[in-house]
Amino acid sequence: MNPIIQTRNLRKVYRMGDIQVNALDGVEIDINAGEFVAIMGPSGSGKSTLMNIIGCLDRPTEGHYILTGENVSDMSKVQLAAIRNRRLGFVFQSFNLLPRTSALRNVMLPLVYKRGKSALAPAEREALAMQALKTVGLADRAHHHPQEMSGGQRQRVAIARALVNDPVLIMADEPTGNLDTKTGDEIMGVLHELHQRGRTIVMVTHEAYIADQTERTIFLRDGKIDDEGSF
Amino acid sequence: MAVTAQDTPAIQADSAETTTTDFGGIISPIEIVRIAWEGIVRNKIRSLLTMLGVIIGVAAVITMISISAGTEAQIAAQIEGLGANLIFIQNSFGRGGPGGDNNTPSLVFSDLDVVKSVGGVVGTAVEQTSAESVRVGSTTLTDVPLVGTTVDFPSVRDVGIDEGRFFNETELDRSAKVTVLGPSLANDLFGETDPIGQSITVGTTKLTVIGVTDEKGVVGNTDFDAQLYVPITLAFDKFVPSQFRQFAGDRVRVIYAQIEESVDIENVMLQIELKLSSVKGVAPEELPFAIQTQQDIIDTQGAATEAFRSLLAWVAGVSLLVGGIGIMNIMLVSVTERTREIGIRQSVGATPNDIRLQFLTEAVMLSLIGGILGVILGVGGSILFGQTGDMPTVIVPSSILLAFGSAAVVGIVFGFFPANKAAQLDPIEALRHE
Ligand SMILES: Nc1ncnc2c1ncn2[C@@H]1O[C@H](COP(=O)(O)OP(=O)(O)OP(=O)(O)O)[C@@H](O)[C@H]1O
Ligand SMILES: [Mg+2]
Repeated sequence: MNPIIQTRNLRKVYRMGDIQVNALDGVEIDINAGEFVAIMGPSGSGKSTLMNIIGCLDRPTEGHYILTGENVSDMSKVQLAAIRNRRLGFVFQSFNLLPRTSALRNVMLPLVYKRGKSALAPAEREALAMQALKTVGLADRAHHHPQEMSGGQRQRVAIARALVNDPVLIMADEPTGNLDTKTGDEIMGVLHELHQRGRTIVMVTHEAYIADQTERTIFLRDGKIDDEGSF
Repeated sequence: MAVTAQDTPAIQADSAETTTTDFGGIISPIEIVRIAWEGIVRNKIRSLLTMLGVIIGVAAVITMISISAGTEAQIAAQIEGLGANLIFIQNSFGRGGPGGDNNTPSLVFSDLDVVKSVGGVVGTAVEQTSAESVRVGSTTLTDVPLVGTTVDFPSVRDVGIDEGRFFNETELDRSAKVTVLGPSLANDLFGETDPIGQSITVGTTKLTVIGVTDEKGVVGNTDFDAQLYVPITLAFDKFVPSQFRQFAGDRVRVIYAQIEESVDIENVMLQIELKLSSVKGVAPEELPFAIQTQQDIIDTQGAATEAFRSLLAWVAGVSLLVGGIGIMNIMLVSVTERTREIGIRQSVGATPNDIRLQFLTEAVMLSLIGGILGVILGVGGSILFGQTGDMPTVIVPSSILLAFGSAAVVGIVFGFFPANKAAQLDPIEALRHE
């Protein structure tokens, strides 16, 4: 097996005055290349907190997080930005696209922040973004703005953006949470296709029938992995 | 790593082995400018509001400098119009002149000979003025300025003759009833008709027009083109009879002395002062005359423009400062409004430096665009002012650079705080922002 993600004794503590919240309380997970993993758990169980740390948007209070063999738990802000830019793709529940900006420009965004030797010429960026849009079936909407699109189309643009930098891991925090069942299934279809093409995907969901479509489900409860977990 | 891309071409440089230490640099400047530009056009109204202060500030700087330069140019032209190397001898204010007490000596026609006798004086002229009604056929003009003078007036005051001639010594000696007209007066009286040889009635006296002067325009308070000239002897007889003529001689308003190019003007002035005081029988410091050069007049005027200019500089500086605070204010609001955008950019790899540069570039671009609009407004306003208002204006190219430069500095200085605030945002909190 080829682990992409390994976390060891991962803790995240929020202190608010005298109250201390253990959002993550010693989480240990391993995710291998090519896996499609769902994370489930009640509200407040620490799913988003875990995703943010895995996504290098946040740092753990304690413990280790090894991404593709590299310990990223104590990296600087700039180094984390580099990791997000080069190895990760993030899909959010609320799409998080730039308004009044074409789908193509939105998808190109991660490529814009490449620099140094890996900087790309505008034409290359556009070609890659176009290809990513093609993958999610939206090549014909490249020049539309997000506000001219349906929720499902917006989420597909967001997936294209998560894909465009050829990441080792795609993370999705409730990607179908803001969508109706039919559109949600559509998005799941896109994710399945990506998985079939070899992508590693970690996804948070509240819906058992969506989690059931993945290869493996990790249950969280009160910041801990719940091995017997199910609802 | 064994993970290879199937749906996008692999980007070699970004294989998993790439270290993260080479991410400290900035992205391409073209890209930064492009991102900043997108930010500006995405919200045009907010951008315009942000620029407003700078637009007004820059326009104010340019307009004020052009007004100040215009005023200076006007003064310079007037002083040039006074004639080169000229000394002015006048009654001091409140002393001697008409209505002054009888024991104080006044400037009189015979003083002209005293001034003439001073070494270094190459030309002289006197002036006594009144306002008269002038009639030709059915046309009557009132309050026309009449100047009684001597034959050298055209050369001393640098007034050319367009048609005919100025009066000569013989006509001056005989108090000949001749007159020379300013061009606009000649036009008002005769229109297309040739005025030379025609008769006009000035007051109750009939005069023959023998010449018309060149256009000279307004110098100081005098419109040279609207007055008429007569021999001063005729003026004394018919127009400005002095009530003290028997005691004090014929009073004159001013005596002009033109000085030889190479002599020391201060020395000539001193000589004039000494001679006049001995003739008047008073101590030099008691002499109630103002003896001045153009330079004295320049200095008096110059002090006024200096004060005017520093006031303008203050106004302009304050308006640019207000413009800068405006930029900072709206940029701060903009950073809050765009927190989510910042979070999105951070989530795909923007570093704090990228965000800082984006907002700083935006601030600088806004102030530069505001600067361009301000220059257009300022230059347009200055031209309009110069044409319609009574403020003369001269557009100073360096003021455009100055205004533009200050706008850029204002953008950097006042953009820095908001840009820093944006750079320090935490990605998760920024993404969660509504
Ligand atoms: N910034 C924060 N400050 C303080 N406490 C926080 C913060 N973020 C999360 N928490 C707390 O950490 C715990 C885990 O939150 P998290 O958002 O990870 O839950 P979740 O599993 O994603 O929930 P949901 O299903 O509602 O999205 C919660 O108790 C939450 O209140
Ligand atoms: Mg959550």
